[in-house]
Amino acid sequence: MKKIVIALAGLGILVGAFSAYAGPEEDRQKLVSYFKNKYPDLKFDDYIYSALAFDPDAKSQYNSIMEFPPYLSELEKGEKLWNTPLKSGKTYADCLPNGGKMIAGNYPLFDDARGKVITLEDALNDCRKANGEEAYKNADPKTMGLLSAYMRTLSDGMKVNIKVVGEGALKAYEDGKKTFYRRAGQLNFSCGSCHVDNAGLRIRSELLSPVIGQTTHWPAFRGGDKLVTLQKRYEGCQKNVRHSPDKAGSTRYNNLEYFHSYMSNGLEMKSSVFRK
Amino acid sequence: MRKRTSIITAVLATLLASSAYAAETGKDIAFNRSKGNCLACHGMPTLPDAEQPGESGPPLIAMQARFPDKKVLRAKIWDATASNPESFMPPMGKHQILTEQEIDKVVEFLYGL
Ligand code: HEC
Ligand code: HEC
Repeated sequence: MKKIVIALAGLGILVGAFSAYAGPEEDRQKLVSYFKNKYPDLKFDDYIYSALAFDPDAKSQYNSIMEFPPYLSELEKGEKLWNTPLKSGKTYADCLPNGGKMIAGNYPLFDDARGKVITLEDALNDCRKANGEEAYKNADPKTMGLLSAYMRTLSDGMKVNIKVVGEGALKAYEDGKKTFYRRAGQLNFSCGSCHVDNAGLRIRSELLSPVIGQTTHWPAFRGGDKLVTLQKRYEGCQKNVRHSPDKAGSTRYNNLEYFHSYMSNGLEMKSSVFRK
Repeated sequence: MRKRTSIITAVLATLLASSAYAAETGKDIAFNRSKGNCLACHGMPTLPDAEQPGESGPPLIAMQARFPDKKVLRAKIWDATASNPESFMPPMGKHQILTEQEIDKVVEFLYGL
């Protein structure tokens, strides 16, 4: 009997130690197994399709649209922005790691020196400012939207690879997590109410996508050619559910994107995609 | 001229008032997306025009039998989180999504389901 008690106490300590180390990776794995239990037939890699993963008809429509996407000419405009030298004569490729290729999955990242989350849009704007140009507005579909849409295509196939290392990074992550799970607004929803608890179910005729995979494919082109960035989508959801939305680029949204992207770690990136 | 304008205004105001309040039935309130929007989450299997309901809440059917005490039903709608803190259902009364009168109408409507 005594032995058992000691063994249990030992276990208690182990459990205690485990939860003391609970962090982003544990959060992510919990979600992965939650969805695996709920939807055992869904393959992990298919989470990149968001709500389409639950709707074979909509998915096959999507597949045929994606064979010749209606937004290709928009991406070409983005390519032109990408290739146009900045005032200093340098290009974006000159000032980003690896020439800007296969890096989008590392963003957002936490910059210890500056003590804040840097999104890919921030990195592009830093590049502009360092080379004599003014920053673009964070979610402007005609400038930053197009530029980031093209730039992300250079990372197609890269796996999301967000890192949370150090105290500052963890704080930003926790802040984003809080925004995601906190119930708020007149309707008393959190992001998680819809994209965790009710993911895979229909709310009226809309199928709710799971949080995992949601960040892998931005900007999206809604209705074919209307560019929407990830943070614009945050604004949209918050408006729909009567939260008070922030502006794209706010600290709250950047921290949310940091947490949100971590939950897609290990999934393949693909830009851009069609959304209805 | 001014008189006519004021008459028109008065008529319009009455029309608006009646369509916004008096004429609105419990069903209207339950179906309206910017009011109860109950169909977002609940099917109403006995109503053929309750089209494309959501799936997250239980179907609203046989309400009178299942909620013999009307007060219990009303309380569920007023604040679903009181009986189930995790409830996905918005607290219609507590958060003033619906007025007290609107909730009364919805309860009567549900009793007919
Ligand atoms: C009441 C339900 C509801 C809430 C709450 C909600 N959303 Fe959504 N969200 C939707 C619906 C419906 C869609 C469109 C269908 C889909 O893809 O899920 C959507 C789509 C999205 C998408 C796009 C997915 C894709 O791949 O196209 C993202 C990203 C998203 N929501 C993030 C959020 C975040 C972050 C929050 C909280 C700040 C939030 N949502 C709150 C209902 C909700
Ligand atoms: C966003 C989703 C949502 C909306 C909108 C919604 N409900 Fe619900 N409702 C639920 C869920 C989920 C439950 C089950 C969980 C619970 O008991 O709280 C529920 C439970 C109920 C119940 C208890 C049913 C039972 O069998 O125990 C009633 C009655 C009800 N809802 C009525 C309504 C009415 C009337 C409206 C509109 C005025 C409404 N609901 C709007 C999600 C919703």
